[in-house]
Amino acid sequence: MSEITLKANGTTHRLDIDPATPLLYVLRNDLGFKGPRFGCGLGQCGLCTVIINGVATRSCITPASAVKGEITTLEGIAKDGKLHPLQQAWIDEQVPQCGFCQNGQIMTAKALLDKNPNPTDEQIRAGMDRTLCRCMTYYRIQAAIKRAAKVMADARPVSGQGVVA
Amino acid sequence: MTSFTKIPKQIQEELSRRNFLQSAGMLVVSFGPLLETAQAQNGSGQAAGPYPDPNFRQLDSWIVIHQDNTATFYVGKTDCGQGTGTSFRQMMSDELDIAYDKTNLIMGRTDTTVDQGGSGGSDAIQTDGWPMRRVAAEARRVLLEMAAQRLGTPVNQLAVSNAVITVRADPAKKVTYGELIGGAKFNVALTGRDVDATTGLAKVKTVQELKMVGQSPQRYDIPPKVDGSLQWAVDVKLPGMVHARNVKPPVAGAKLISIDESSVRDLPGFVKVVSKGNYVAVICEREEQAINAARRLKVNWQKPASAPFPSSEDLFKYMRAATPTSSEKPEVEGNPEAAMASAAKVIEAEYDVPFQGHTAISPAHALADPSNGQMTIYSNDMKSYGMRNGIAEFLRMPREEVRVIWMEGPQGYGRTAADDAGFEAAFLAKELGRPVRMQWMRQEETAWDTKGPAFAFKLRGGLDAQGNLVAFDYDARSADYNHVGYNEPDTVLIAQLMGIRRNPPTPGGRGIVPTEMYALPHRRNSTHVVSLPLAWETPVRTGNLRDPNGPQVAFASESFMDELAVAAKADPVEFRLRLLNASTSDDSGFKRARSIAVVKAVAEAYGWDTRPSPRPVGSGNILTGRGIAYAVRNQTVVAEIAEVEVNRTTGHVWVKRLVCAHDCGLVINPQALRGTIECGMLHSLSRALHEEVRFDTEKVTSVDWVTHPTLTHADTPAQIDIVLVNGDPHPNRPDLPHYGAGETICKPMLAAVANAIHDATGVRLRRLPFRDERVLAALKTARV
Repeated sequence: MSEITLKANGTTHRLDIDPATPLLYVLRNDLGFKGPRFGCGLGQCGLCTVIINGVATRSCITPASAVKGEITTLEGIAKDGKLHPLQQAWIDEQVPQCGFCQNGQIMTAKALLDKNPNPTDEQIRAGMDRTLCRCMTYYRIQAAIKRAAKVMADARPVSGQGVVA
Repeated sequence: MTSFTKIPKQIQEELSRRNFLQSAGMLVVSFGPLLETAQAQNGSGQAAGPYPDPNFRQLDSWIVIHQDNTATFYVGKTDCGQGTGTSFRQMMSDELDIAYDKTNLIMGRTDTTVDQGGSGGSDAIQTDGWPMRRVAAEARRVLLEMAAQRLGTPVNQLAVSNAVITVRADPAKKVTYGELIGGAKFNVALTGRDVDATTGLAKVKTVQELKMVGQSPQRYDIPPKVDGSLQWAVDVKLPGMVHARNVKPPVAGAKLISIDESSVRDLPGFVKVVSKGNYVAVICEREEQAINAARRLKVNWQKPASAPFPSSEDLFKYMRAATPTSSEKPEVEGNPEAAMASAAKVIEAEYDVPFQGHTAISPAHALADPSNGQMTIYSNDMKSYGMRNGIAEFLRMPREEVRVIWMEGPQGYGRTAADDAGFEAAFLAKELGRPVRMQWMRQEETAWDTKGPAFAFKLRGGLDAQGNLVAFDYDARSADYNHVGYNEPDTVLIAQLMGIRRNPPTPGGRGIVPTEMYALPHRRNSTHVVSLPLAWETPVRTGNLRDPNGPQVAFASESFMDELAVAAKADPVEFRLRLLNASTSDDSGFKRARSIAVVKAVAEAYGWDTRPSPRPVGSGNILTGRGIAYAVRNQTVVAEIAEVEVNRTTGHVWVKRLVCAHDCGLVINPQALRGTIECGMLHSLSRALHEEVRFDTEKVTSVDWVTHPTLTHADTPAQIDIVLVNGDPHPNRPDLPHYGAGETICKPMLAAVANAIHDATGVRLRRLPFRDERVLAALKTARV
């Protein structure tokens, strides 16, 4: 056991745990997060995805002691009581069936859009490819990502465009 | 035994509800919310048990009207993610005449909701929706009578809308449901020989009177699933809870010789090793400690004397050579042998479908709490009522001392390992006297969950000189001996590993003949079940997987129908329509007429050009083609068209477009239904392209998402079109029943893809799945 410090969704936590503990179990069982979930423990499915330093990270194969930046979980992407555009698009497109994998889908999509705000269909397929859903909601997920990308683009101030007086 | 009575917040509402139900005979005016809150805050109350069954013949078991003029519905179903909960609320709020958004729904908790069996058989809307509608209609009737008394006006002079009853002649005179009964009990008895027949005196509304039914309110369960606020069964934590992991035999059929507990005794957090027969589990304080201890526990196993099964490579050879454990008396119509003998052309083909697993996205899990000498199991199992009964019997506890609280979880398309995990958690919790959370690991889930049975088919068809199908001979062998049922205390895996044996084992092989409405005057359906050498304690165990057997059967029969169309040089749609039109007999659901309508609708939506298959093989690297298949399950009719691109150099198949025409009668929520259809088709597409449980002669070797691939984002079609044919081509029919929508969707897809690949390449694939290497080998053999 040793003391480690984790910052998640703006809050700093100090924990006395085995530093080799996969981050997933710390997030779920010590810090009480419900977004990241166990699916394979092998980094193959993406259910456990959190974002660390802008990177979609599979917390089931990430030792807690190896985390060097702030962790963002599904619970932390809404801002000022307003859902993230991806979450809203997930509702508007009625994406989930059982919904168990959707943490991984939304968090992977967020990291994708943060890097590439206007992905092509091919880039969405490639970027999301190893994030699995056994209810097979892929078609709706891809539609929701496109919808969210459009909403986010519309909300961004357009540069280089004159204002008509 | 330590007593743990702190209950997760989300469950508190249920406890107050149960206390409410137990206050039978109490004269109440408006004690509801206040008392409920007080009891919920108290926490313990009667949560300690026992947990008698809610009485389905009492209106109060189904509906509570609150003082704020809202309603809560209590139903004995579970929602596996198709939005049935939303549909139940639509149906019940429609009958009760209350706004949908003023209602709430509680499902699947054995101590607070009546036993409607949970989920299964796509019967939620078709069967269970009816008592829900009737009890809601009865509540409306009773409220109208109460209002008549209160307002001094006969019922026939009252109007009701959005839970407000007004005097027609004087709309200023009104009373709300909440004012009439809010928080109090109806104390109205219902009748019915069983829960499905539950009814009051009121009649349900006609289709024309329904307002919420047919609309698409958004599913209420989706927002908490995307903002991270939902508490799933995996999230429940109780004071004193420990974590368990199983240690499975490394070789199927192995016998436990000894356990070296010293290999884990000194590990941090170690609590206990529990073993009985060949069942072994390790319990630790923390989850990662249990995972570590289960990996490190040294167990001495003895391999079985003979191989438990042939390798998956040799499976179909084995199945065809095996002596069946059972054979049904063939279903014969007309004289198929004579018709075959006189046919101008006879076509024969064999089809192979491997074992395919549930492989839920999250491995099986459950939390069991033995507090107060009772047993509470938190589980996502879709049949919570069966789990309660099964666990009570398994643990030899009175049913009233066991309850199962259903909570959301990963997909439940049939008999998943969630059943097994529930029994294991309960057994360990009873042994230990502490709440135990059991979760399987990925490799364990993929190897050991129940499988849809493998099939070996042989089909023959006879065509006359004009290309008409005059004889049809169908022979199916399923590897389905000792088919595992739901929550059976003598077939769940822990029972098997403990040495418990059902005698005799379930023969298996139910419902394995085609159900399409083709007119085939001379036909024979023969079905057989074969057993693998090891019938018990085997990871290759069979149980219901989404439309059990339907996808396999339709793969063979609808692929073969295409082969017959090819032999007749007929267009595949035209060939099917000819067979559907060749008879005038129909049934109560107008299934033949609706089949014709659905096949025509899918062809029209796709833009089908009439021509025989295959098309002339193109010269480029990408070959395209289209295929159709159609199926019926109960009263629901579905036809699907797949358009494929086949890569000539890699063998890769991409299904670029899917079209579905779907008729399940009255549609409750079109948007939710469309989602179910999309995802059901893609689930079957995954089975068509990827899924196969592989094994050597000792163990399953498909154990994770690399060795057991599944459909991914990259496989997703570019376009999916869905036509809700919505019912009945007989306009004079006064009412449309609502049929079960879900599982029929899963049937046609595998054959539609096979038929499309054939259309594109001229190559007929008769063995699933169509992985790149298999397709490429077939293309090379055919020199395409």
